[in-house]
Amino acid sequence: MGIADFTFYVFALVVIAAGFFTVVSRNPVHSVLWLILAFLTSAGLFVLMGAEFVAMLLIIVYVGAVAVLFLFVVMMLDVDFAELKAEMARYVPLAGLIGLVLLMQLGLAYGTWVTGEGVELLDAPQGTPEGAAHNTAALGALIYDRYWLLFQMAGLILLVAMVGAILLTLRHRTDIKRQDVLAQLYRDPKKAMELKDVKSGQGL
Amino acid sequence: MISTDLSIIAPEILLAVFAMAGLVGAVYSGRDALSQLLTWAAALLFVAAALYIGLTGEGTHTAFGGIFVDDAFSRFAKVAVLLSAAAVLIISQDYLSRSDLLRFEYPILVTLAVIGMMVMVSAGDLMTLYMGLELQSLALYVVAALRRDNARSTEAGLKYFVLGALSSGLLLYGASLTYGYAGTTEFAGIIEAAGADASIGLIFGLVFLCAGFAFKVSAAPFHMWTPDVYEGSPTPVTALFATAPKVAAMALFARVVHDAFGGVVGDWQQILAFLAVVSMFLGAIAAIGQRDIKRLMAYSSISHMGYALMGLSAGTAQGVESMLVYMAIYVVMNIGTFAFILSMSRDGRHVTEIDALNGFATKEPLKALAILCLMFSLAGVPPLLGFFGKYAVLLAAVDAGLGWLAVAGVVASVIGAFYYLRIVYYMYFGEETEGLDGRMTTLPWLGLVASAVIMLVGIVNLFGIEGLAEAAAATLVR
Repeated sequence: MGIADFTFYVFALVVIAAGFFTVVSRNPVHSVLWLILAFLTSAGLFVLMGAEFVAMLLIIVYVGAVAVLFLFVVMMLDVDFAELKAEMARYVPLAGLIGLVLLMQLGLAYGTWVTGEGVELLDAPQGTPEGAAHNTAALGALIYDRYWLLFQMAGLILLVAMVGAILLTLRHRTDIKRQDVLAQLYRDPKKAMELKDVKSGQGL
Repeated sequence: MISTDLSIIAPEILLAVFAMAGLVGAVYSGRDALSQLLTWAAALLFVAAALYIGLTGEGTHTAFGGIFVDDAFSRFAKVAVLLSAAAVLIISQDYLSRSDLLRFEYPILVTLAVIGMMVMVSAGDLMTLYMGLELQSLALYVVAALRRDNARSTEAGLKYFVLGALSSGLLLYGASLTYGYAGTTEFAGIIEAAGADASIGLIFGLVFLCAGFAFKVSAAPFHMWTPDVYEGSPTPVTALFATAPKVAAMALFARVVHDAFGGVVGDWQQILAFLAVVSMFLGAIAAIGQRDIKRLMAYSSISHMGYALMGLSAGTAQGVESMLVYMAIYVVMNIGTFAFILSMSRDGRHVTEIDALNGFATKEPLKALAILCLMFSLAGVPPLLGFFGKYAVLLAAVDAGLGWLAVAGVVASVIGAFYYLRIVYYMYFGEETEGLDGRMTTLPWLGLVASAVIMLVGIVNLFGIEGLAEAAAATLVR
């Protein structure tokens, strides 16, 4: 067993374990952390297959953005997870049935894939051939050269989305009090306070 | 190589740079201080770009490996889009500042929408098509909800967005089927894969693409959004919806059916003929019950799209030519009509009821005469320009052997004439009630009178637009 195989099994086992714990953890924050571990190890699996671009994408997009967003949502929302868990217990039989059906479908697909006529299976995923550009470079050449126009158009579409969101929701409210730090700092006690000499027994 | 590509899309780049620079400038200079200036600059830039494209462009060029096409057809459509967008910006400026809607984002969003339209009509690939369409649509969804404190306007924006997203979904589904069965997203490859007898998968893709386009041009039975969106949006935005995007979507429709499916005319001809018949009749009949002039114009535009689709369904170069001429005339008529609708007000409030026009001719004889010309032209009454548009599409349909379609078109136009003539009747013979008292400012007045004069003078030689449309159609239908 080579070092690559060893790494594969380590990553694969960790992915499965992390996925399992994502589902069964009692604490939702722990669930999200397990999910992040699952993403990171699957990124490792992608690297082993020679798909380094997808691996980086997984880390940047899923771990960097989506999972962290989940974490914040889970921590900030006041969801009663005990109740959710109780709901889940009720649906376990149905979920198990659906899981079984999915497993059988996957089995069928795998079966035809292996036994189908004219299908050649590789023993291992093939990386980038020698001398060819790497995935990232090849994708870059495509996006920034051939599809440059489409890439820029996508940028303009995002700009429209941003301008639209601001135009439709930003309100300059005038009826609220805002903090003015400088005004607070330069406040002069002499002007802010007025001492009155009140004669006793007379009142103001 | 990149420099030639860039020089082909120079007008689009110019507009994009303007939009971004305008955005930054307006944000730094404080709120809405620059809106007036930006609106004018955008309008002038559109005119300049239209002149540049119209006067210097020649021949057929492709950029970025064929995904962007610059030919006589795209130039015709671009000039029409740019000029109509410029005209709408100019006539609507006064209304916008009066009703406190002139935010600096408005001209910028319109500019971005126009870039989308220009890319749409130049698309040589399903991906370019989709990018252009989305850029256009997203910007238009936002401006539909421009009056954000008004429930009608936000409803219009939301409705347009949801239905527009649905239609984009249909279109993408069609595009993915086409890609799957043709093996390429480029139109040149699709037409080769389709050959003279397309596979069933490609035809499915074609049908879904057509459904998506029918949504965008608001052809029945995909018109449901149009009346509500037209009524709810601020009137200048309605004027925009009725003009430039229609031209762009129609041109895109023509480009896809001819550039990508030119070999299987029989397959899409029936879809287009069906859309045309349903739109013409629905537009003509449903408009009869409308009391709001913006809703009426919505149904009117549905019916007009039916006629334009009739020209396209001929499947010949003559058909494309008649469609282009029809769209050009339609846009001019709509700009004039909306210039008037923008000025309809009573006691400083904008009114859109048709009843308000009662007895208008005795108060404003010149304006009433101009509207009379436009209404007769919209109805297609013979001595006016609108008749020649309808005549061209009917002739194209007859020449392509679609006589029944032409007969249906004539019947629908007779039915539709009723509601245009009713407006004229109200103006000249209606009983005087509390009418309109708003004054028209110079620019909308110019827009109204100019388009009415064009309806009269244009019958001499259609301003030579036929020759340009013919050249444009010849590059598309080979």
